[in-house]
Amino acid sequence: MKSSNAAPMGVIILGASSAIAEAVARRLATKGVRLGLVARDAVKLAAIGDDLRIRGAPQIAVRAWDLAAGPAPGALAELAQEMGGADTVLIAYGLLGDQALAEADGAAALELLQVNFTSAVSWALESSRVLATICGAHGLVVGLGSVAGDRGRKSNFVYGAAKGGLALALQGMAHRSALTGAPRGMVVKLGFVDTPMTAGFKKGGPLWSTPDQAAAAIVQAMARPKAIVYAPWFWRWIALIIRLLPEAVFNRADL
Amino acid sequence: MSAPFVSQSYRSWGGVTRTARPVAHPKWRQELAGLLGGARDRGDVLGVGLGRSYGDSGLDAGGRLICGRGLDRFMAFDPQTGVLRAEAGASLDDILQLVAPRGWFLPTTPGTRFVTLGGAVANDVHGKNHHRAGSFGLHVRRLGLIRSDRGALELSREQEPQLFFATLGGLGLTGFIAWVELQLAPTPSSFLDQEAIGFSGLDGYFDLLADSHDRFEHVAAWIDCSATGGGLGRGVMFRANWSAEGGLVTHERRLKLTLPLEAPGWVLNRWSVGAFNSLYYSVHGSRHGLRRIPYAAGFYPLDAIGGWNRLYGRAGFFQHQSVIPEGVAREAVRKMLERISASGQGSFLAVLKSFGGKDSGGLVSFPRPGASLALDFPNRGAETLDLLDRLDAIVADAGGRIYPAKDGRMSAAMFQQGYPRWRALEALRDPSFQSAFWRRVTQS
Ligand SMILES: Cc1cc2nc3c(=O)[nH]c(=O)nc-3n(C[C@H](O)[C@H](O)[C@H](O)COP(=O)(O)OP(=O)(O)OC[C@H]3O[C@@H](n4cnc5c(N)ncnc54)[C@H](O)[C@@H]3O)c2cc1C
Ligand SMILES: NC(=O)c1ccc[n+]([C@@H]2O[C@H](COP(=O)([O-])OP(=O)(O)OC[C@H]3O[C@@H](n4cnc5c(N)ncnc54)[C@H](OP(=O)(O)O)[C@@H]3O)[C@@H](O)[C@H]2O)c1
Repeated sequence: MKSSNAAPMGVIILGASSAIAEAVARRLATKGVRLGLVARDAVKLAAIGDDLRIRGAPQIAVRAWDLAAGPAPGALAELAQEMGGADTVLIAYGLLGDQALAEADGAAALELLQVNFTSAVSWALESSRVLATICGAHGLVVGLGSVAGDRGRKSNFVYGAAKGGLALALQGMAHRSALTGAPRGMVVKLGFVDTPMTAGFKKGGPLWSTPDQAAAAIVQAMARPKAIVYAPWFWRWIALIIRLLPEAVFNRADL
Repeated sequence: MSAPFVSQSYRSWGGVTRTARPVAHPKWRQELAGLLGGARDRGDVLGVGLGRSYGDSGLDAGGRLICGRGLDRFMAFDPQTGVLRAEAGASLDDILQLVAPRGWFLPTTPGTRFVTLGGAVANDVHGKNHHRAGSFGLHVRRLGLIRSDRGALELSREQEPQLFFATLGGLGLTGFIAWVELQLAPTPSSFLDQEAIGFSGLDGYFDLLADSHDRFEHVAAWIDCSATGGGLGRGVMFRANWSAEGGLVTHERRLKLTLPLEAPGWVLNRWSVGAFNSLYYSVHGSRHGLRRIPYAAGFYPLDAIGGWNRLYGRAGFFQHQSVIPEGVAREAVRKMLERISASGQGSFLAVLKSFGGKDSGGLVSFPRPGASLALDFPNRGAETLDLLDRLDAIVADAGGRIYPAKDGRMSAAMFQQGYPRWRALEALRDPSFQSAFWRRVTQS
C-alpha cells in the first residue's frame, strides 16, 4: 500500500474531536488523505466531517464510539474497509483529569487509567491486528503520549503513569515490527499544547505550542516513523534533563 | 460542558488599555448557549474574534469575553456558486487558503487578513473597493446568531430582517455570531495589476479620484504626514485591478518577520516617522508603471510583519478614522492635515480612501459616501488626546463620523451625532451583551 517512508494514504483517528487530532486531520485532508473519524460525540463528528470534506479529504467515514470501553470485535476492520483502506491509526483521545481527585478517589484514578492506558493499549493492539491484514509492516499505530510520562512527579503522576505505560506498549510494537514485520508503533510525546485540555493553565511563552504546530510535527513523524518522537523537538532535550536530574535535586522542585 | 472562563491578560490592537479579563475559548457551537446562559447573574458578556479592533469596541464593560476564534470550521462551500458558510471564528486568512486556489476571493477585504468572519460582520468592514462592492455586510446571505434571551436564530434579509441588519455593523451587541454565509466574488487570477501615482497635494488626490474609481476596482492613497506648507497632502495613489494572468495560488502562510517584544516607546518618534514618510514618498512618488503583484502584497502589506503594533511600545497607540461627506471632504481633510502638521505629532501611516454609495443597511455601519482618512498616533497621553479631539471637531463640523473599530476615546456626543440610528441598535441589543465602547458612548 505504501513504502515505509511515505505519507499515509488512509488514517483512522481515535479521538477525532481532540483539538490536536483535528489539526492533524486538517493537514491530512488538504493532502488528500482518506480519513476514518472516531469520537464519542456524534454532533462534533458531523461538524468535523463537513469541514474536512470541504478542505479536500477524498473520503471520510465517521463512527460515534465510546473509545474508553475499548474495541468491539470487527468494528475497526469494518471502518477501515468503508473508508477505502487504512495504513495508519492515530490514538489521540485522552484525559488529563485531576491529580488530587485521583489520589483521593479510587474511581477517579481508575477512570484516568482506563481512558489513557487500558483502553488505549487495547486499541493499539486491535489497530495492529487490523493493519496487519491490510498492509503488513507498512501499517503504523501512532499514540499521543506526553512528556509527563517520562518521569513521575507530584502534580500529575497518575496521568503520567498511564501515558508512560502507553508509550512503552507502542515502543514495544516498534521493536516487534523491526524483528517480525508486524505493523509499526510510534509514540509522539507532546509538551504544552494550547487546547481545551489545558484550558485552566496559564499559557504563553516559548514552551507552549498551538495545536497546528503540534500537528505539523505529528504529520511529519508519520511520514518517517520512529519509536519515540518528541513534539515540538526541543521537548526531547527538556525531557532528557528532567529524567537525568539526580533525585536529590528533583525532589526539591515543586513540579 | 462549556469551556471555562479563565482570567487572561487581554488587549485590543492599539494596546492603550490592557487588563486581566475572564475569557472563554469555546471550540464547539454547542458550547455557546451554556456560556451565555446565566450571563445575567455573572455579568455581561461580549463576543470577540482576533482582537484587531484598535480601541475598546472589542473589550467588555467589566464583564467577560467569549473568544470565537476556536470556532473556525467550514460548514458548506459550493465551488460552482462561490457561496461559503463557515463558523464565525474562521479568519479571512483561513478562508483565502481554501478559496483563492479555486478562483474565488473575498467580495471585499480590510487591510489585514487576520480578522474573523464575526469581526468582519460586527464592524461591517470595508476595503479599497467600496465604490464597487460596498461593505462586507452586503455580501452576507445569512447568519447564525445566539442570543441569551432567544437561543439560536437564523437571520437573513427575509428572516428577521430587523435583527439581521442590526447585526451587520452591530458591534457584536445583538448576540454571539455563530456562523456566517457569504457570497464570494470570482477572480481571474490571484494577482493584481497595480499602478502607483504620486500627487503633490490634496487637489491631486481628488483630481485623480474620478478617473481611478471609473477604471479601477481597488483604490487607496497613502498621505505623507511629514509634509508641510506647499507639500501638504502630497502622497501616492495605489490603484489596481485583478490581473488576467498569473494563475490561481494562495498566499504564503508563514510570516516574514514577527516582532517578539514590545519596542521601547521612543522608536516611533517625530524624526523616525518623518524620515520614513519622506523616504516612502521619494520611493513611490514618482513611479507610474503597472506592476503585477500577489494579492497579499496589494491588500495586506502590514500582515508581513507579525505583531507590528508592538512597535508602539507599552503605551500603545490610537487610530483615528473618519469619513466626511463628499461636498465638504476636500476642505475637512485639508484642515485635519494642517492640524496634525501644526501639532508635530506625525502619523506613521495615513491612508485616504473614498467610499461609494452602496449601503449594507447596517444601523451603525461606518461607511457612507465620502472621503475617509485613517491616521495613527503613538499614545503620548493628554497631548495626543487633545489632538484627536480637535480632529473630531473638524469631522463633526463637516457632518462626518468616526469608525468605532478604530476608536477608543471619542465623546458620546461625537458618536451620537455621527450615528443617529444608534438607539435602534440599542433596542435590539442582547440584554446580556455589552462592550466598553458602547457603555462609554451611550451611557455618558
Ligand atoms: C492592520 C489593520 C488594518 C485594518 N484595515 C481595515 C480596513 O481596511 N477596513 C476596515 O473596515 N477595518 C479595518 N481594520 C479593522 C478590522 O477589520 C476590524 O476591527 C475587525 O472587526 C476586526 O475583527 P476581529 O476578528 O479582530 O474582531 P475583534 O476586534 O476581536 O472584535 C471586533 C468586533 O466584533 C465583535 N465580534 C467578534 N466576533 C464576534 C462574534 N463571534 N459574535 C459577535 N460579535 C463578535 C466584537 O464584539 C467587536 O465589536 C483593520 C485592522 C487592522 C489591525
Ligand atoms: N494539550 C496538551 O498540552 C497535551 C500534552 C501532552 C499530551 N497530550 C495528549 O494529546 C491528546 C489530545 O489532547 P488535546 O490536547 O487535543 O485535548 P482535547 O482537545 O481536550 O481532546 C481530548 C479528547 O479526548 C477525548 N476524551 C476525553 N475523555 C474521554 C473519554 N472518557 N472517552 C472517550 N474520549 C474521551 C475527548 O472527547 P470529547 O470531545 O468527546 O470530550 C477529546 O476528543 C491527548 O491524548 C492528550 O493526553 C496533550
